[in-house]
This record gives sequence, C-alpha cells and structure tokens, in this order.
Amino acid sequence: MPHDHDDHHHDNELDPMAARVRALETILTEKGLIDPLAIDAIVETYETKIGPRNGAKVVAKAWSDPEFSDWLQRDATAAIASLGFTGRQGEHMQAVFNTADTHNLVVCTLCSCYPWSVLGLPPVWYKSPPYRSQAVIDPRGVLAEFDLVLPQTTQIRVWDSTAELRYLVVPLRPEGSDDLNDEQLAALVTRDSMIGTGLPLTPGHT
Amino acid sequence: MSLHDLIGNSAAPGGETTVFAQPWQAEAFAMVVALHERGLFSWAEWAQALSSQLKQSDELEDPSDYYQCWLAALESLITEKKVAPKADIDLLTRAWQRAALATPHGQPIRLENDPDRV
Repeated sequence: MPHDHDDHHHDNELDPMAARVRALETILTEKGLIDPLAIDAIVETYETKIGPRNGAKVVAKAWSDPEFSDWLQRDATAAIASLGFTGRQGEHMQAVFNTADTHNLVVCTLCSCYPWSVLGLPPVWYKSPPYRSQAVIDPRGVLAEFDLVLPQTTQIRVWDSTAELRYLVVPLRPEGSDDLNDEQLAALVTRDSMIGTGLPLTPGHT
Repeated sequence: MSLHDLIGNSAAPGGETTVFAQPWQAEAFAMVVALHERGLFSWAEWAQALSSQLKQSDELEDPSDYYQCWLAALESLITEKKVAPKADIDLLTRAWQRAALATPHGQPIRLENDPDRV
C-alpha cells in the first residue's frame, strides 16, 4: 500500500468506528451490562449458525407436509419454533404463501426488520434506501432488477416488516419436485425466494 | 449506489453472504442483541432508534454506512438511558486511538497502552 508519510505505527491505527465500538464495549463491560465472551458467542452464532438454510427447511416441510403447512399458515411463530428456530427479539412470524395468482414480497421501509431466526442477517440490498423506498411504490420495477418478471395477471402483495412482526415468503413448490425428500426440497429454496425477490430453483438446476 | 449494483455485489442467489464486512460491525451488532436481551431497551425502541438514524442519512452511498447508523443508534440509546454521557464515550474513543498508535505492530491493542492514561 502506498503510504509515503513517515508513520511507523499506521498498521495499528484504529479507524474512528472501530475505536468507538471499543469505547462502548469498555463502558458497557465496566458497568456489567455486557460480557465480552457473550458478545463473541453472538457474533459466531450469526456468522455461522443462523442463515437461510433454516428458512429453507421450514419451506421444504411446508411443501411436503400439509399439516405443517396449515400450522405455518395459522401460527407461523409456533410452527417455526417447533423446528428449533426461535427469534431472540420476541418478534412474531407470519408466513405468506405464494399462490398461482399472488406473489408476496417482503420489505422493511423504516429500517431493516428481517426474520433473523430463519434467514440470518439481511443482505446489503435489503437494507439499502432504493429497495426500502421502491418496493412498495414499484414492486414490479424492483423485481425486474432481480431479473424476476411475473405475468401482468399476477398480483404482487408487499409486506412491510416491523420490530414485532416479520414475514417469511413460502414460494410455490417447483414443478417436477414430486419425488424429492425434504432435504432435496430444501436445496431448491433460495434466500431470495423467501424474501420474494426470487423464485426457488427447479430440480436439475441445483 | 443503484439497487442493481447492490444486488450484483451480494452473493449468488441462495448463497451465504459474508455477514459483516469488518469486525467492528459484528461487535456493534452483537452489543445491541446482548443489551436487548438484558432488557436495557425493547426491540421496538431499538427499531425506532435505528430507523431514525437511517432517515438522517438518507443517502447511503457506501453500504458499510449502514453499520455506522447502527452504531449511532446504539450510542443514542446508551446516552438516552443514562448509561454513559456522550463526553465519556468521546474521551474513551480517543484513548483507544492513542492506545492503538502506541502499540507496537503485531501486538494486541490494550487500553492500558494509552500514553495519556491517568
């Protein structure tokens, strides 16, 4: 890296954000409000254990098990918790099912509320102002950015998440997936298909 | 940055993305989860603090700015809840920066390395 100033310590410079985070950590630890080990554990959980594979299992089970599908429709929070995925913020979950004539799309216009327990943390675009502002006004235009073009006859319903209520899209089960088991079905379920900005993969294209 | 560029920058559909671009973002994220679990604020209070910060910086040119808003929201709640005044956070931030500069390369940065520490 071209650094022509005479600074032997620049490798150890903390950028302002990193220094601020350390300052907050110091204060909160001294006051007994956080435990640095617990902080590490939370980071590890969200970096490695929680992600869209959780949601894919929920969708696959909904596709293969009509009773679970009914439960998911009536009480998504409980149905999802039965698979071991519970939210830490006490939020409620609602599953919104795509049908032949309705496509569901999830956004958080205010900030970035997202169903962490089943999808992990949101992708960069989900948190971006263009997505947050355009999804409600021009959902078709937004979907086109994702190369998803739906028939004009398909109605698009947009769901605006809140701190208390988060949504999981259950996409339509792909054609030709009748003989697949739950694990194979889950492999077809993409993250974007559970937000509504994509469709599941079709068998043979995984 | 346009929506199209942002989508292009994320991983292939269904692929796992890198969750945090920098370690401090992960730490700021985890502190909020931990403080909420401890009951310092409700999740609704958090969402409101974050959305208020995001609204103030309506043009997020660089996606990493999102976590700057996250950090600012956390700080606003810490001062609001009288955990610590902003002046203390500012002082300690500068102390950490001095400590970093005074730490030989390759060694862990410790607050005790701040040469102005009293």
